[in-house]
Amino acid sequence: MDYTHWPDRLLGEKDPSGVSRRVFLKVCTAAAAAVGLPASAAEKMAEKVASGKKPPVIWLHFQECTGCTESLLRTSHPGVAELILDLVSLEYHETLFAAAGKQIEEALHESIRDNAGKYICVVEGAIPTKDDGVFCQVGGRTAVDILEDVASKAGLVVAIGSCASFGGVAAAEPNPTGAKGVPQILVGKPVVALPGCPANPYNLLGTVLQYATLGTLPAVDDKGRPRFAYARTIHEDCERRPHFDAGRFVQKFGDESHRLGYCLYKVGCKGPATHANCSLVPFGEVGDSWPVGLGHPCIGCTEQKVAFRVPMFSTVDVERLTPPGTYAPIFAEQGKITPLATGVAGLVVGGLVGAGLTLGKKLSAEAKREEHPEEKQP
Amino acid sequence: MKLTRRSLLKGVAAAGAAGAAGAVYRRAEARAKKQPPPDAVAMLFDSTRCIGCRACMEKCKEANDLPPDRVRLDGVPYDAPIDLSGTTKTVIKLYQGSGKTAFMKAQCLHCVDPACVSACMLGALNKREYGVVTYQKNKCVGCRYCQIACAFNVPRFEWNSPAPQIVKCEMCHHRFPEGKGPACAEVCPREAIQFGKLKELRAEAQKRIQDNPWRYHPDVFGDTEVGGTQVLYLSAVPFDKLGLPKVGDEPVPAMGETIQHGIYKGFIAPIALYAVTAYVVVRNVRRGEAEEQEEAARKPGEGEERKP
Repeated sequence: MDYTHWPDRLLGEKDPSGVSRRVFLKVCTAAAAAVGLPASAAEKMAEKVASGKKPPVIWLHFQECTGCTESLLRTSHPGVAELILDLVSLEYHETLFAAAGKQIEEALHESIRDNAGKYICVVEGAIPTKDDGVFCQVGGRTAVDILEDVASKAGLVVAIGSCASFGGVAAAEPNPTGAKGVPQILVGKPVVALPGCPANPYNLLGTVLQYATLGTLPAVDDKGRPRFAYARTIHEDCERRPHFDAGRFVQKFGDESHRLGYCLYKVGCKGPATHANCSLVPFGEVGDSWPVGLGHPCIGCTEQKVAFRVPMFSTVDVERLTPPGTYAPIFAEQGKITPLATGVAGLVVGGLVGAGLTLGKKLSAEAKREEHPEEKQP
Repeated sequence: MKLTRRSLLKGVAAAGAAGAAGAVYRRAEARAKKQPPPDAVAMLFDSTRCIGCRACMEKCKEANDLPPDRVRLDGVPYDAPIDLSGTTKTVIKLYQGSGKTAFMKAQCLHCVDPACVSACMLGALNKREYGVVTYQKNKCVGCRYCQIACAFNVPRFEWNSPAPQIVKCEMCHHRFPEGKGPACAEVCPREAIQFGKLKELRAEAQKRIQDNPWRYHPDVFGDTEVGGTQVLYLSAVPFDKLGLPKVGDEPVPAMGETIQHGIYKGFIAPIALYAVTAYVVVRNVRRGEAEEQEEAARKPGEGEERKP
């Protein structure tokens, strides 16, 4: 984002880098807010950065399409420039680095040596293991070697994207290169997995910034995915959910129901079995810029058991019925008549009958009294 | 003397009735099992596939022009039926037990040998083309015997209507001429309810169990139950948990119809009983007349004796 024309850039307190403190705090707050950290985290983040303790990041690329990086480049709150230049210190990234060859290899080794135990190792792409991993080599070293070397001295290992998280498309049958995800290679070492094809960059920012700021890791589920992003299914927060609840489904791509934006379950949406926050945090801050928003069923890219395994247009089971209380029970509840109710009803009926009888008697007596004077008068 | 003869005749009548009943019983065993028509259609509900979206319920109302379940006093419709009713021909129900959930689609099972058809005294309910059990309102007198007869508690009565009818799933047979099957099967996003030929769906059900034995209860409900139904159920949980009672394989009308039809077979038993009764009456009348005449003959003598 271009802050140059903002008046507070002139008013704000300048820091040595030439960015106003106010603007910088805004960036930090936006980043914290975007990834669900408390507002106080923005302050801490700014302090850390101001004191020159930007978290060093080493980004490794293996068997992948660079889609996750491309996705990261399109974030704007904070923008990639702010991220790379202000919030983190990107030490090594094959796509973003101007340098190449020997120069960049040296930079990598230097960074590992200098920041041992502190840096964040982000892995993008699957790691081939077949035939000693010869299918992916950088600078003469195999992916397995590089990963084990870099990860061994890292403070935090993040697997970004489905490939790094569980093999992804590279590990799809028949998996010719024996591709595996980072958690399968680094057995025993905590790895934060951020599956997605591509992964939502905000999930990476959230994890990295929380580690950099608070020194803690986000709570993760049994597959190592941060719960702040992967605890709920797409289906639970889907913008098309009302159509599902009303039984309105897209019958065919391109038909009227598709144009009307009905639920995509019938044409193969994996949303009910897929844990991710795609429907809540749009990619690149553009609303609807995710498969379901664009009219394509979710393919379940964050789920190892779904993505690249279950055919794209076949349906899946709904993991969580919500809310189960609205369904009819198997045996519909019948009204029960308690003895108390019977007693009360008996008393009421008895009372009414008694009152009726008394009233009848009184009326007839009165009628008789009225009749007699009439007889006497003439 | 009189009493003995009377009791003798009674005994004869009783023996005749017992003989007829015996014949009925023998015929009960011989009653041919009804078979579905060769072109029978069917529906297959796979509980393990159902996701509870209730699109079928929605579409059923639309296709059958049914009103909402309830309308609030201010006129706002509230359509959340909890059971079949005069306004609801199918309901998705949820079984929840010991961590397991399963969906159930309640609707008419279109029995091969339906109890409602047997119980209906005016033939308002009929097994019609393709084996669909249909209802004709013009023949119905509203006795609701069909409700009592049905083993699955399916036919419902329009209690709120001044001219009530019986409401039950008729497999959308009014859509057949348009070349369409049941609306629920058409909209189901997961083919949890499928429409097709009975033979094919029976085979399909068996195939699914064989292919995924871990996924299914080993039986198909409706293959043999009450003599077979044209709506088949597959499930992961026992069927009685889904509200499908353990009904046995004997068709509900088997015993009742055999006795009824046996008694009236060729009208022999009623005529025999009538003949015996008529004989007794005639004999009694004749004897009575004879006694009267005897008394009349005696009376004048008696009167004369008393006079003086």
